[in-house]
Amino acid sequence: MSKVLYSSISQKFIMALAGLFLITFLPVHLGINLLLLNSDPEPFNRAAKFMSDFPVIKIMEIVLFAAIMIHIIYGILLQIQNWIARPVRYKKSNRSETAPFSRFMIWTGGIIFIFLIIHFFNFYFIKLGLVEGDPYNFYDVAWQLFTNPLINIIYWVSFILLGFHLYHAFHSAFQTIGLNHRIWTPLIKGVAFIYAVIIPAGFSLIPLYIWIVSS
Amino acid sequence: MKITLDIWRQKSRNEKGRFVRYELEEVSPEMSFLEMLDLLNTNLIKRGEDPVAFDHDCREGICGTCGMYVNGHPHGPVKSITTCHLSMREFKDGDTITVEPFRARSFPVIKDLVIDRMSLEHIQVAGGFISVKTGSAPEANTIPVPKKNADEAFDAASCIGCGACVAACKNASAMLFLSAKVSQMALLPHGKPEAKQRAREMVAAMDDMGFGRCSNTGACEAKCPKNIKITNIARLNREYYKAY
Amino acid sequence: MTKLNSKIPEGPLTEKWSRYRRDVRLVNAANKKKLDIIVVGTGLAGAGASSALGELGYNVKNFCFQDSPRRAHSVAAQGGINAAKNYMNDGDSIYRLFLDMIKGGDYRAREANVYRAAEVSNAVIDHYTAQGVPFARDYGGTLDNRSFGGVQVSRTFYARGQTGQQCLLGAYSALNRQIKAGKVKMFPRREMLELVIVDGKARGIITRNLETGELERHSAHAVVLATGGYGTIYYLSTLAVNSNASAAWIAHKKGALFANPSFVQIHPTSVPQLNEYQAKLTLMSESLRNDGRIWVPAKKGDERLPGDIPDEERDYFLERRYPAFGNLVPRDVASRAAKERCDAGYGVGKTGLAVYLDFRDAINKQGKKAIEDKYGNLFEMYQVISGFNPYETPMMIYPAGHYTMGGLWVDYELMTTIPGLYAIGEANFSDHGANRLGACSLMQAAGDGYFILPNTISNYLADDIKRGKIATDTPEFDEAERSVKERIERLLAIEGTQTVTSFHKRLGRLMWDLCGMSRNEEDLKKALSLVREMEEEFWKDVTVPGSADQFNQELEKAGRVADFFELARLMIEDAMHRNESCGAHFREEKQTAEGEAMRDDKNFAYVAAWEYAGKGVPEKLHKEMLSFEEVEVKERSYK
Repeated sequence: MSKVLYSSISQKFIMALAGLFLITFLPVHLGINLLLLNSDPEPFNRAAKFMSDFPVIKIMEIVLFAAIMIHIIYGILLQIQNWIARPVRYKKSNRSETAPFSRFMIWTGGIIFIFLIIHFFNFYFIKLGLVEGDPYNFYDVAWQLFTNPLINIIYWVSFILLGFHLYHAFHSAFQTIGLNHRIWTPLIKGVAFIYAVIIPAGFSLIPLYIWIVSS
Repeated sequence: MKITLDIWRQKSRNEKGRFVRYELEEVSPEMSFLEMLDLLNTNLIKRGEDPVAFDHDCREGICGTCGMYVNGHPHGPVKSITTCHLSMREFKDGDTITVEPFRARSFPVIKDLVIDRMSLEHIQVAGGFISVKTGSAPEANTIPVPKKNADEAFDAASCIGCGACVAACKNASAMLFLSAKVSQMALLPHGKPEAKQRAREMVAAMDDMGFGRCSNTGACEAKCPKNIKITNIARLNREYYKAY
Repeated sequence: MTKLNSKIPEGPLTEKWSRYRRDVRLVNAANKKKLDIIVVGTGLAGAGASSALGELGYNVKNFCFQDSPRRAHSVAAQGGINAAKNYMNDGDSIYRLFLDMIKGGDYRAREANVYRAAEVSNAVIDHYTAQGVPFARDYGGTLDNRSFGGVQVSRTFYARGQTGQQCLLGAYSALNRQIKAGKVKMFPRREMLELVIVDGKARGIITRNLETGELERHSAHAVVLATGGYGTIYYLSTLAVNSNASAAWIAHKKGALFANPSFVQIHPTSVPQLNEYQAKLTLMSESLRNDGRIWVPAKKGDERLPGDIPDEERDYFLERRYPAFGNLVPRDVASRAAKERCDAGYGVGKTGLAVYLDFRDAINKQGKKAIEDKYGNLFEMYQVISGFNPYETPMMIYPAGHYTMGGLWVDYELMTTIPGLYAIGEANFSDHGANRLGACSLMQAAGDGYFILPNTISNYLADDIKRGKIATDTPEFDEAERSVKERIERLLAIEGTQTVTSFHKRLGRLMWDLCGMSRNEEDLKKALSLVREMEEEFWKDVTVPGSADQFNQELEKAGRVADFFELARLMIEDAMHRNESCGAHFREEKQTAEGEAMRDDKNFAYVAAWEYAGKGVPEKLHKEMLSFEEVEVKERSYK
């Protein structure tokens, strides 16, 4: 049984499941964020409070962090194995046949991780009391933050890279869990594309809107 | 036509290799790529130099012996062929062609462009068979196989074990190779009784051999000379999950 | 001379094999563990034998020069594998298959062996199917068959155009199972360079590790050669570039008789030579002749494009000469007819050494899709090689050296004249007479390996159960290794000016021209002296770079070509002595007014088995007279 946990396919399976869980989390996060577009801070703050107080969500938060950690650790682990697997590189290598975004998963993933830390400093750590700010009024925190063009650029770039990451991740995860079908796979790829465009676009919209409105 | 070759030369497993540049004047577009290398070797031998070692045998694209990385592609830039079927028609007068061995930790270089693919053998030995004693097989038509399954099994079975999938993969993963073997037998009723054990042991053997991990990049499928599909990899994954 | 005892069992033909098995001595399971067997070669015959012998409990050591046993040249067989299943209900039977083979072989094969090959053919299909070989199937899920040249029934099992590769992968998988079980030890990248004989029995081999150059000693109680044919003697052939005759030739020089060396099948449908650097000719499966029509322009030197030549100005020469079989005549007949047209000046293509194989009518009748389903991969391959699209313009084909019916002489038990040395598959001479029918080689190789040898070898090994391991530190092994070393050193020391390949090319060309598809006494005499001269030149002026203790492909080739020179002389000798036309052996002196072969049963109804008599001494001829008890010997007619 120990063999199964260390096998390449199992590692990928676990990573894919964690990734798919993260994929389901993003629309929820986006849904709440869209309330920021409302000029009334109340609905957003209420939703934010609900997210931090409701017991089931609290458990889900732990699961979410676990998923992030598993996804990252396994991702790095697999990547290291892959680097080791080809000690001498090619002199001339044509990668045009390699699915475009699959080539940079470790890098897009790494940048997303850095973004995540910045994002935590901006919001999550306020809730934990590690950073100064009003944990009950994230609406104002956000509106204040996104008047800063530098922050906006960091967010936008990160969202674009997130889109790249998501596109490959979405359909690749299905392949890894063994779902590849003559009809469904092209459909999954289509959905992956739409998802990879809409989610980052939605997230980007908010800082952009705030920035435009406040300037 | 005139061709410049940038070829990986390495004396033996333990020695360091390097690229050496050769000029070849009298190349004809009707030659195959390997015949062009034959010509180079004839010239080298006549000059008293060591000819370039490369593996080849049937020269009709079926034995899987040949294989080198030509201008950034396993088996060269043309799709669905092996190196022996690559024609010099594909190149222009004055071209420089970079020729490297398939590179992977699991494919150590023996000499120049010759690699050791025993790692693929170990995967096969681990479970790439149906246990049937000679003479104990039932009459061939006793077990009907739907034509669709038989055809799909054939598609998977057409793998020639050249290693181009490993060479093409940015991770040097052998999943396409393994999946073709597992798929062939998973699709046939004859292979079902041992399906679980086969998936477990072949995957374990692959992991032991130091191949990289598949990240579904699709490069293997694009460069497979026999057009093996990555749907086989999904099937292998399923077979593996079913095995536990 | 009692050397040729073919050991054919008594009794009626149909019962010989069962009687043999009833009476054969066995080795019990506990004793099998004490017995070692060396198998050289991993094709259908070699891998089959290794796995079957491993299953039985013997300790098998299996050798191949390739980097993997799955690359043996059986892999390249395209069309199919025959069996007498009669799935098509078209009147087939074991007896009919036997009859077709005897007739196809032009009455120069041993009845008992051929009948047995037909008898075990069905078990071969069962076994491959159970191993997971994906043979073509019908919509109902049962196995499909197609027809093949030289016969009137459909008995050929196939896996698209890759039957050889699929069967070989089946054999390879069974071999892997035994490797895993520890019963077979696999030695890839090893070339057999000497046979070791102890007290008159084959007891081991000397191999060269092709990666390190190291010479290795391997001992066993019996040695099995499954090393294929010697068609690469022509340099350009449909065989793999590295296929060679050396193992068989080494055995011959150690005392194994070599039978019918001049019987070489020239396959009619290969892609013609395109350039002078070409190293190999690619076969286009014979199955193409099921739908393709072969023709040349009726007018000499007609330079119009094939599509512009109207039907009445085309000469469908096979249909014209052989109305009953048309394009499906056996290979030797089809090859010769093509050569006849080209020699007469009607050939097409740049060199004039090609004929058309045209699918226009088949595509019009059955539709492009149907033709694509049947031959798609072959058409693609043709286009890759030639650059022409066969859906639009006829293929150009020309005969090429393909299969050697000749080989080591073996008795009914598949043992050569050296006790304990067996030869199976294409390496022996036994089942195809003077011409092999399509799809019979896979059948014979697999039958030999799986079902015949494992049953006969115990008869010999039964005497050896108390012998214990064969030591390799004996004077016999010392001597064998010394002679290998000496030969390698000699080759390296020549340091001449010409490459090994240039000699091989010249020898091949010479053999093709003078001892190829048709032969005459004058040419053969000329060939003999030319080969002698060239051989002398080789030993004076060849250059082999590098050293013996490294991966050295030129050295490998040099040894093989040196052996080809010797074999070439024997081939010519054999072709010269056989003053008749039979099967693939066509003597121009012996033909009818219409150019058909004239067999001479009164003087030549025998197997010519040659005994090596020493360097420079003419080989001694032994005759195994062929008596046909079951079949009536007739003129072979496909008209």
